[in-house]
Amino acid sequence: MATPATVHSHAAPQGFIRKYVFSLDHKVIGIQYFFLALTAVWVGMILSLLMRVHMIWPNAVWPVLGDIKPETYLALVTMHGTIMVFFVLTTAPQGGFGNYVLPIQIGAPDMAFPVLNMLSFWTTFVGFVVLLAAFFVSGGAPLHGWTGYTPLSALPSAGPGEGLGADLWITSIAIFCVASLMGALNFITTTLDLRAKGMTLMRLPLTVWSWFITAILGLLAFGVLLSAGILLLMDRNLGTSFYVPLVVVNGIQMQHKGGSPLLWQHLFWFFGHPEVYIAILPGMGVTSQILSTFSRKPIFGYRAMVYAMLAIGFFGFMVWGHHMFMSGMSPYSAFAFSILTMCIGVPSAIKTFNWLGTMWKGRIRFQTPMLYAIGFVSLFVSGGLSGPFLAQPVLDIQLHDTAFVPAHFHLIMGVAAIFGIFAATYYWFPKMFGRMMNETLGKIHFFITLAGTYAIFMPMHYLGMAGQTRRYSQFTEVAYLQKLIPLNTFITWAAIITVSAQLIFVINLFWSLFKGPKASDNPWEATTLEWTTATPPPHDNFAGVTPVVNHGPYEYGVPGAEKDFVMQTAPASTPAH
Amino acid sequence: MAIYTPSTPVDDIGQKPPVPPTTGGGDDGRGGDVPDYGARLRRARLGLICAIATVGMVFISLTSAYIFRRGLPTFDGSVNSYVRDWGRVDLPWALLGVNTLILLASSVTMELARRKAARQAALAPVQSIPGVSLGNEKSFPWLGITVLLGLSFLAGQWLAWMELHNRGFYVNTNPSSSFAFLLTIAHAVHLGGGMIALLWAASSSLLHKPLEARRIVVDITAWYWHFMAVLWLYIFALLGFAR
Repeated sequence: MATPATVHSHAAPQGFIRKYVFSLDHKVIGIQYFFLALTAVWVGMILSLLMRVHMIWPNAVWPVLGDIKPETYLALVTMHGTIMVFFVLTTAPQGGFGNYVLPIQIGAPDMAFPVLNMLSFWTTFVGFVVLLAAFFVSGGAPLHGWTGYTPLSALPSAGPGEGLGADLWITSIAIFCVASLMGALNFITTTLDLRAKGMTLMRLPLTVWSWFITAILGLLAFGVLLSAGILLLMDRNLGTSFYVPLVVVNGIQMQHKGGSPLLWQHLFWFFGHPEVYIAILPGMGVTSQILSTFSRKPIFGYRAMVYAMLAIGFFGFMVWGHHMFMSGMSPYSAFAFSILTMCIGVPSAIKTFNWLGTMWKGRIRFQTPMLYAIGFVSLFVSGGLSGPFLAQPVLDIQLHDTAFVPAHFHLIMGVAAIFGIFAATYYWFPKMFGRMMNETLGKIHFFITLAGTYAIFMPMHYLGMAGQTRRYSQFTEVAYLQKLIPLNTFITWAAIITVSAQLIFVINLFWSLFKGPKASDNPWEATTLEWTTATPPPHDNFAGVTPVVNHGPYEYGVPGAEKDFVMQTAPASTPAH
Repeated sequence: MAIYTPSTPVDDIGQKPPVPPTTGGGDDGRGGDVPDYGARLRRARLGLICAIATVGMVFISLTSAYIFRRGLPTFDGSVNSYVRDWGRVDLPWALLGVNTLILLASSVTMELARRKAARQAALAPVQSIPGVSLGNEKSFPWLGITVLLGLSFLAGQWLAWMELHNRGFYVNTNPSSSFAFLLTIAHAVHLGGGMIALLWAASSSLLHKPLEARRIVVDITAWYWHFMAVLWLYIFALLGFAR
C-alpha cells in the first residue's frame, strides 16, 4: 500500500516563506491564485466603472486622473479586457479552485508536479505586475483592446500607449501563456495519473472533468497565442512584416510591407475562442456539482454532461472564424464557421436541460451557493441565446462592433463565469478556511448582483441594435445617439450599484475568514472526497490515508440508504443508484 | 529496513512508456516507504507528452503563419496589381546538413545514455547488497558526449545565422528570411531548454542523487531530445521544400 509519502515528496514546511509565499502545497497555491484574481477583478471593475461614468459625463474632471482623453478611454478598454479575461476568468476558476479542489476530489495528496505548480503561480503574478506596469510608463497603457488587433498593435508610433506600454502588454500575455501552459500540463497529468483507487473516469466529479477539459484547451490554445505574440514583438521591434501591410502613420510611410492583419486575427482567435470556454467550463462544472448537491438528486445525465463538455471543447477549436465575418472572409468560409458555431448550441442545450432536469422535483436547498449556480444557468441561457444571432454572418453585418457584442459576451463569458466563481467561493469557503460565510449577506449580495447584471447588460443589447458602436469614447454629442443617453445613464447607475454591492462580498469574505462560525467537515452534506477529510484539509489532504472510491459522485436520495446521500468512499456494500 | 521492489523491470528498458491507468490510478500496490520511482517516471513521461503537445502547437501555428504569409498577395501600387513579395533565402545548406547530422548523432548518444541510466537504476538494488559485484561495466560518458554534440549543433546554428548575414539576409530582409531566422532560433531556444535539462541530469550524478531519480531526469530529457531532433528535421524540410 503506497503511503501519501510516495507521491507527496515534500514534507509540510515550517517557515513562513515556504509555507505561505513560495509554497508547494496546491491548497496554498490555489488560495494565492484566488487572492490574485480578487485583486485583479477589483482593478478591472474600477476601470470599467471609469469607462461607464465617462460615457455619460465625458467632460468630468477626476481628482487624480484629470479628464479622460480618448486615448485614456481606449487604454481603460484594453486593460479592463486583458485583466478580466486573463487574470480573473482564467486565473480564479482554474488556477484558484482547480488547484485547491482537484487533487482532493480525486484523492491525491497534491498536484503531480508541485514545483511546477508554484512556478506557474509566480509566473502568473509576474505577468500581472508587468501588465499593470503598462499604466505607469511613458505613453501609458496600450489602445488596441484585449484582442490586440494589428496593425494598430504592431506599430509603436500608432498612438500613445502603443510604444513601451504595448510591449509590456505583449510581454505580459507571453508570460501568462507560459504560466498557463505549465498549469495545464500539471492538471492533465494529475487527473490522469493521481486518481485514488476506484476513482474511474466515470466516477470523477463533473468539476474535475471541467478542469481537465479546460486544461486540454489551455494546452492547445496558449501555445498559439504565444507564437502570435512573438511574431507581433518581431514586427514591432525587429522590422519584420508578418502582420503589417504598407501603411502610413501621421504622414510617414512605415518600413513594413506585405503583411496581413488577418494573420493576427486568425492566430489570435484560434486561441481566443477556446479561451472563452477556458473561462466558462469550470463554471459549468461547479454548477453541476452544486445543483446536484443542493437539489439532493443525482446529476441528470452524467455521461451526457461529460460528452457535452468534450463536444464544447472540440467545437471550441473550430469556430474562431465567427469573430472575423466582418474582416473580409469568403462567404463559403463564413457559412462553415456559422454552421459549426451553431453546432455548439447542441451540447450547450444538453447541459442546460440536464441542469433543469437535475433540479426538477428535487428537494432544493436555496442556500447561497445554490442561488449562484441557478444564477449561472440563468445567465448562461440569457447570454447564450444571443450567440446564434451573432453566428449569422448576415446579422453580424449589422451587429458587429456594436454594444450588442459586449452585451452578449459579458453575460455568457464574463458574468456567468463570475457567477461560477462566486458559487465556488460560497461552496468551498468552509473547506478552504474552516469557517462558514454569512448566509444573509450572501443572499443580499446574490440578488443585487443578479438584478444589477441584468440591468447593465440586457439594455446593452438594445443599444447595439439601435446602432451604438463599441469602443467609442464619446458619443453624447452624436445626433442619432441622443435618444439613447437615458438608457446609457441607467446602465451606468446600474453598474455603480452592482460594483458597490461587491463590497458586501468582500466584507462577508474577510469577516467570515476570521469571525465566521466554525464549519463542520461536510456542511453541505455532499458526497465527493473533499468532504471526507478534515476542514481545512491537512498538508497531505487525507492525513496519511489513501482514500478508496466505491461510488459515483452524485449519490443523493438513494432509496434504502441510511442518509439521503452516499459518500464516494462509503463501503461498496452501501446501496447506491 | 524497507523491502525494495525495483520500480521498473529490466526488460522494460527501451519499450513504450507505461500507459496511465484507465480504471483509477494512484496506488499501484508497490512502494512501501520507498519512493515509487516507477510511478514518478510514468508521471514525468505523461507531463512530457503534454509539453511536447504544446511545443508542437507553437510550431504548428508558426507553420500555418509561414504558409499563409508565403501565399499572401500584396498590393503593389507601382504596377497597380497584386504581387507576391516572398523571396528565396540562400540558406547555407551544407552547414545546415552538417548540423543535422550532429543533432541526429546526439540523439543516438542520448538514447545510449538513457538506456545506460535505466540499466543502472535497475541494477542499483543488486549492487547495494554487500559483497555483490556485477563486474566493471564500461562507463562511457554518453551524457557528456551528448552535451558536447548539442553545443556543437548550437554553435553550428550560430555559424549558419552569421553566414546568412554575410549573404545579406537579415531578419527583416524578406518574410522568408524572417521565418528562416524565427524557426531556427525558436528551435534553438527549445533545444537550449533541453541542454539545461541535460546539465541538470549530469549534475544530479555529481550530487549523488539516487540512480532511480537520475534515471527519470535522463529519460525525460532523452525523449524531449528525440522530439527536438524530429522537430529539426521537420523545420529543415519546411525550409527546403516550401521555399
